[in-house]
Amino acid sequence: MASANLEFSLAKAPAPGLQNPVHEAQGIFRALMNALARPGKLQDLPELDLNPPAPLGKSTAAIALCLCDYDTPIWLDKELAAAKDVTTYLRFHTGASFTNNPMDAAFAFVSKPENMPPLSAFAKGTSEYPDRSTTIVLSVSSLSHGQTVKLSGPGIKKEQGFAATPLPPQFWREMQTNNELYPLGVDVLLAAEGTVAGLPRSTKITFQES
Amino acid sequence: MSTPATSFTDHYNFAYLDEQTKRMIRRAILKGIAIPGYQVPFAAREMPMPYGWGTGGVQVTAAVIGHSDTLKMIDQGSDDTTNAVALRNFFVQTTGVNTTTHTKGASLIQTRHRIPEEPLSEDQVLVYQVPIPEPLRFLEPRETETRKMHALEEYGLMHVKLYEDIARFGHIATTYAYPVLVNERYVMDPSPIPKFDNPKMHRMEALQLFGAGREKRIYAIPPHTDVVSLDFEDHPFTPQEFDQPCAICGAEHVYLDEVILDDQGSRMFVCSDSDYCEERRTEGHTGHLGTNPLDAPSNGTAKDNASSKEACK
Repeated sequence: MASANLEFSLAKAPAPGLQNPVHEAQGIFRALMNALARPGKLQDLPELDLNPPAPLGKSTAAIALCLCDYDTPIWLDKELAAAKDVTTYLRFHTGASFTNNPMDAAFAFVSKPENMPPLSAFAKGTSEYPDRSTTIVLSVSSLSHGQTVKLSGPGIKKEQGFAATPLPPQFWREMQTNNELYPLGVDVLLAAEGTVAGLPRSTKITFQES
Repeated sequence: MSTPATSFTDHYNFAYLDEQTKRMIRRAILKGIAIPGYQVPFAAREMPMPYGWGTGGVQVTAAVIGHSDTLKMIDQGSDDTTNAVALRNFFVQTTGVNTTTHTKGASLIQTRHRIPEEPLSEDQVLVYQVPIPEPLRFLEPRETETRKMHALEEYGLMHVKLYEDIARFGHIATTYAYPVLVNERYVMDPSPIPKFDNPKMHRMEALQLFGAGREKRIYAIPPHTDVVSLDFEDHPFTPQEFDQPCAICGAEHVYLDEVILDDQGSRMFVCSDSDYCEERRTEGHTGHLGTNPLDAPSNGTAKDNASSKEACK
């Protein structure tokens, strides 16, 4: 009887988090730090034995486990918010609260970027505290395909080509507007399988001439 | 040099801080990188060392450092002064990472008030210890006001201060913690580095992180970011210059420290960056006082060479 109960509760338990929270979180952070310090340059995440519940991607889960805790309200897109396993997983491992209002979110996780709300829906900070803004984590399938744009600004020597897919059609225009708000604005992390790239608000975006 | 009296102990979490604290610091670092030069408030912890010893830099280093890092710790350019030794041993004890005195061999460098002479590379991170992060603090004591001034990009007061220098002394008399404009937006205190080092910050290959523990601020300069020292068209920024080379390695165009040799007023000027000086001497360079000025036949030569009281203009 007792063992049957145990099995039942284990089946319901959230999937395990980081195997080695101290060193793996450090490795993930270094990748994120370099991603934002060198916009558009792909950074490898450390090898992780993570099996987050779908539709939460492995890299996205790694970012959440590395940066989120009780200080950081999380906003989830429709697909993630609808998956009970995902909310249980994030709540159990990070202790973060969830918010339905993207303006209140410290982190926003988007599993389907093509359906995401406009960037202006998220917190851009205030002129006295531009750091009180949302960091948006987009799960993308590729960090090499899609419309190519040119990045320049802090962290980039001259110019950096960049492409990712899938993204909403208006995404790059919105990123240009986001940059015009500087020093306000949102910062974007793009997470693909095993790799991340960063697009901080300081990055200028120009379209490749075709 | 590489025989630390202390060794790794697992009585602490890796790098001393608990994981929640590291997460909080890491989030502040990411915001700092995204808004170059903006001071991000963070919940600095009390550290097992007094304020003023680099508690801010230590917390930033602790949040960034990992197993595979090689740490270099310098204090006023030197690897072997009290502050550098104490903080290096702190990380040896709490992380067990490799340490080095060689600028080239380090992946993470924590510094107090100097930038190494050797240009830093892309895969290095430079962490500064900052006592007072607010460049406007001595001009306006109220945080609410300085915050508003940064928000409105209202930096007239800083220019007035530099102008008053010119009116009084004929030149801008600020020689360290010389204010800079980062990414054409925020005026930033580069920490009390000599203004000699300011040009090195401009478009540096390495990521620069700044931690102020007592004042609870973190800020950052990503690689390849414009860092311009404030000046006027008719009074352009000029870094210090020395009219003599290092007394023991002969290096020119480096930052020199004055060392008193006896009670007769003899003195010499040597590289402040001890690793740079050491490497030059192993390469065979010598200065006019030889490799060891105490062995020099008469170190009175120093008096002649340094007779111009103002070796440093």
